[in-house]
Amino acid sequence: MSDPILPVTRRALLGSSAASVAILTAGEAKAGNVAASAASIRMPVSLTVNGTERLLTLDPRTTLLDALREHLQLTGTKKGCDHGQCGACTVIVNGERINSCLSLAVQHAGDEVTTIEGLGTPDKLHPMQDAFVEHDGYQCGYCTPGQICSSVAMLKEIARGVPSHVTGDLDGEMRATDVEIRERMSGNICRCGAYSNIAAAIADVARG
Amino acid sequence: MRSFTYERAATPQQAARAVGGKPGAKFIAGGTNLLDLMKLEIETPTHLVDVQDLPLGSIEETGEGGLRIGAFVSNTALSAHPRIRRDYAVLTRAIQAGASGQLRNKATTGGNLLQRTRCPYFYDTNMPCNKRSPGSGCAAIGGFSRQLGVVGVSDKCIATYPGDMANALAVLDAVVETVQPDGATRSIPIGAFHRLWGDTPERETALEKGELITGVVLPAPPGGRHFYSKVRDRASYAFALVSVAAVIQPDGSGRVAFGGVAPRPWRSKQADDALPLGAKAVIQQAFADASPRDDNRFKIALAERTLAGILAEVGS
Amino acid sequence: MKFDAPAGKTIVDDPTVIGKSTRRIDGPRKTTGTAPYAYERHDVVSGQAYGYIVGSAIARGRITAMNLDAARKAPGVIAVIAATETEPVGTSPFNTAPLFGGRDIAHYHQAIACVVAETFEQARAAAALIRTTYDRDAGDYDLAKVKDGAKIAPGWSVPEDIQRNGNFAEAYAAAPVQLDQTYTTPDEAHAMMEPFATIAAWEGDKLTLWTSNQMINWSKRALASILKMPAENIRLDSPFIGGGFGGKLFIRADAVLAALGAKAAGRPVKIAMQRPLMFNNATHRPATIQRVRIGTDADGRILAMGHECWSGNLPGGSAENGAAQTRALYSGPDNLTVSYISRLDLPEGNAMRAPGEAVGHLALEVAMDELAEKLGLDPIEFRLRNEPERMPGDPSKRFSGRHLVECLREGADRFGWSARQSRPASVRDGRWLVGMGVAAGYRGAPITKSAARVSLDNAGRVRVETDMTDIGTGSYTIIAQTAAECIGVPLDQVRVDLGDSRSPVSSGSGGQWGAASSTAGVYAACVELRRMVAEKFGMNADTARFEGGRVVDGKTRRRLAEAGPLSAEGQMDYGDFQNDYDMGTYAGHFAEVGVDAYTGEVRIRRMLAVCDAGRILNPLSARSQVIGAMVMSAGSALMEDLVVDKRFGFFVNHDLAGYEVPVHADIPHQEVVFLDTLDDVISPLKAKGVGELGICGPGAAIANAVYNATGVRVRDYPITLDKLIDKLPDVA
Repeated sequence: MSDPILPVTRRALLGSSAASVAILTAGEAKAGNVAASAASIRMPVSLTVNGTERLLTLDPRTTLLDALREHLQLTGTKKGCDHGQCGACTVIVNGERINSCLSLAVQHAGDEVTTIEGLGTPDKLHPMQDAFVEHDGYQCGYCTPGQICSSVAMLKEIARGVPSHVTGDLDGEMRATDVEIRERMSGNICRCGAYSNIAAAIADVARG
Repeated sequence: MRSFTYERAATPQQAARAVGGKPGAKFIAGGTNLLDLMKLEIETPTHLVDVQDLPLGSIEETGEGGLRIGAFVSNTALSAHPRIRRDYAVLTRAIQAGASGQLRNKATTGGNLLQRTRCPYFYDTNMPCNKRSPGSGCAAIGGFSRQLGVVGVSDKCIATYPGDMANALAVLDAVVETVQPDGATRSIPIGAFHRLWGDTPERETALEKGELITGVVLPAPPGGRHFYSKVRDRASYAFALVSVAAVIQPDGSGRVAFGGVAPRPWRSKQADDALPLGAKAVIQQAFADASPRDDNRFKIALAERTLAGILAEVGS
Repeated sequence: MKFDAPAGKTIVDDPTVIGKSTRRIDGPRKTTGTAPYAYERHDVVSGQAYGYIVGSAIARGRITAMNLDAARKAPGVIAVIAATETEPVGTSPFNTAPLFGGRDIAHYHQAIACVVAETFEQARAAAALIRTTYDRDAGDYDLAKVKDGAKIAPGWSVPEDIQRNGNFAEAYAAAPVQLDQTYTTPDEAHAMMEPFATIAAWEGDKLTLWTSNQMINWSKRALASILKMPAENIRLDSPFIGGGFGGKLFIRADAVLAALGAKAAGRPVKIAMQRPLMFNNATHRPATIQRVRIGTDADGRILAMGHECWSGNLPGGSAENGAAQTRALYSGPDNLTVSYISRLDLPEGNAMRAPGEAVGHLALEVAMDELAEKLGLDPIEFRLRNEPERMPGDPSKRFSGRHLVECLREGADRFGWSARQSRPASVRDGRWLVGMGVAAGYRGAPITKSAARVSLDNAGRVRVETDMTDIGTGSYTIIAQTAAECIGVPLDQVRVDLGDSRSPVSSGSGGQWGAASSTAGVYAACVELRRMVAEKFGMNADTARFEGGRVVDGKTRRRLAEAGPLSAEGQMDYGDFQNDYDMGTYAGHFAEVGVDAYTGEVRIRRMLAVCDAGRILNPLSARSQVIGAMVMSAGSALMEDLVVDKRFGFFVNHDLAGYEVPVHADIPHQEVVFLDTLDDVISPLKAKGVGELGICGPGAAIANAVYNATGVRVRDYPITLDKLIDKLPDVA
């Protein structure tokens, strides 16, 4: 093993004697000047959420996801990883699906946001929600709102002619085939593994 | 995430000036990479200048028969543009091979060029990393480096540029256009945009402080057949082990760039010139100076086999 | 009630509700985002502050100092609790690694501090201001290096996890045909979609946790032990759980720190563990090294079966017993299964979906494939020739109900197995090398006592309360089906409340015992309610029929609602007679894969599971359990790999980008068939679990299909392209 530039020596790391090491964070090696004055920053943000205009006063660090979950208490949108690696936080902004965890709420001033709560209610399910129930397109349910929001917007992407990684002819007609659905939904991880049933539910809705 | 102040700029030069004049200021476009890193305090800007209101959201024809892509055009919009699909299919293919539908809707042309490495040691702030914390060492060397670079890397850093779009831009001979805080503009060939790590892996691109990407210019279409093969462990939503962007002409000549292997899209004239001789000859040129690790040595054979698959398709 | 003999006549022998495919009763809530998960319960208590956890930067050693000043002065901070200022919390029988407190570090990302602040953003920012220095100790992080000093692992049910019958060594040495191969499986992560999350609130000395936990009663007891307080002062509530797979069987740092944080802050605290901390802070499935030796006669009859498994864990931790299924699967007069354990200083290894068996099949069922080829036998035929009469590892045990042969035969028919080419690398489809594989599947069918309360109101509506959990398994619906069936009311007249520790104690969810156990407990409560109703109506409970909201006995006919309100509690207990049986579930797993001849990428084309698990209570959700487990098994075969940095002693790829689990595009159409079987030894419902059966075998079927496609045998999981390409035919 050749790792001559590790901050601790190999002997300290792998040998029997204890070595005192300080673990520094990246930030500490940089300027390290936390602006105390910046700490209490708040900004007004106005968003239209599920058809209703909402005015919030937010720390600029607040993600769209946390604005929805913590400030508007719309907890249907889920936080799975908070780093854009799972898709549980998918919402529809101005007609397009995005990861709400990788977006600041202040970036969305004036935007139209649709969350799972805006698609349907237990007594009046959106066709996609109903199809998920019919096909058992979920198990634990945690990724489900993200899957549903993603699939609703995804079918519109196909209708708009947006190609995908598995599209054969880039100039041909886009269709919601099984392979297309599975590729286009791949940004929504379901660890319970309901994929086959989710694909079936989406295909049902796509057929109309 | 450290506290920051936030503003929206109205013009490119205003944005450049806002970032150039303030220590700790950064641009934010889609934010998909920046916010990820800010949450881990790998990025710690104290001021964000949002560029979404700038008039950089369109794709226009150039006088030379090419296209000028605004820096704020989303990955989705770019990949779906009729002229890109028809004349620059390698770009559509590359973009659609990356990330997820959600991320491509948010990620922008300019931002994607600035995507930082996915090295796991860069991402773990307890670990030494010369890129994140210059002079602290490189934990990836001697560690888990299966995903990391095999060529163009240094003894200070073996990270890769992880994106897909830029690999296509490399074979299209794209030019990155910028504006600086003083209003001066620059045109940077894509091949000179990403730096090799050398002794300063913290410096990743040719951009200066406050310099804003305004667009990417594609020269007139190169013709030929366009390919983008991305190889990964899972079928989608994963970074490349190796990717190959290629434009192959009917006479067998062409251009080829490799992704997932180096600090930047890996393209050279020698490798292009070897294309008519086959995949092995190309790899001998492109990876002549490779310095792989035990756990990523396979990338060289994989690059060859992936290119061979493309050339077989051309031949069939 | 006590189940102390195989089921005779029961009240569910001619079911109209159970056994029918039924939409989940919690489906409308899950699909509309109105099912409340732990972190989301804004309504249960006011004034919730936010906690953020800090993890250790070293794997082993001691904290020398923590500088907390900057964090304490940071905006919005209410309290900072730090390991250096807190006595180590107590332990519990359910936890190996210490959850918090004191200066000693047992593993990377062990919790060392928690910041409580007014907002999430403030708590996160302040947490990053804590400065910690350590004395780092050397540790053992490499299983292959410590394997030779391993000890025989303590077992769950026997003093030492070694079982032998006959004399393996002699029989193997004498066997005309032998196979001796070693397989390795990596560490794996549960990676459930909902992070560990808890809201904690104190009221005097009483503590309530709204949390995400599979085993309410275990965890209530564990928390009492950890926090050194009486269990009766603790309430857990966990009605919806965003996945667990074993990772939420036990109390984790989120619950402990929310409780301690709430005490320090003097107000309720909510914490969701940040994803990048989860992989090293919590538990994982330990890596294994498995040696399989099988000796047969020339006709392929197994004479000696040996399976040894090595794994590592923190001191006191359990082994990953990959040999578990081998005792039960195939005949063989002389067999030996052993599990060895060594100390490793990695994070705590613990149960993950089908612990032992999930990875055991990845070795055993590939070894069977290798040996079948050596014998020139079809791999299904080889298995059929070795179907045992009694449990090979313990011939005193009969099988309670075993239809593995039918699973394999039916599967072969449905999958088109006869089209498989036995010569590897002989099917090509364009650039794809195509192959088929098969594996048998076995998972034990444990069942355990479980209680419920069933109430009837004066409108004829039924309510079931139990601390049972639904981790995506469909518990809500099968419990409602059971009550509807037993009490004779429509499904929509049944309300089910789960996950509250104030309710009767259930089996909880784990080990695929939940469905069978919890519905049997509901059955017991329903029997008691029926007795009370019959008594009220002056009927004979044994002859009264409950159907359509009415109770009929002879010529007497009454509306059920007239008996309400009534409430009955019941618990199902099990007699020793079950010890005479091996109770198991069985499957035939089939897979077809394509391997890219150029890149070595493996893509699954089709999957089939034919399952034998007794009565299937809700075929719709049971099928989901199986396909989901098949997905996880595919992940373990092809991509999942928690990579150990053997210098620093931690899992490097500790997020969902680095630890790849299957996505939609990885998974093709999956078919599941349930054989129509009943197991009268297990319970009056004659039903067994399926949630773990589905992860026992599919990965091996995939591995065997990769071999059939390419002729390359990879014995070190996951089967990634870098292990294939240098052995694939030249393409240049």
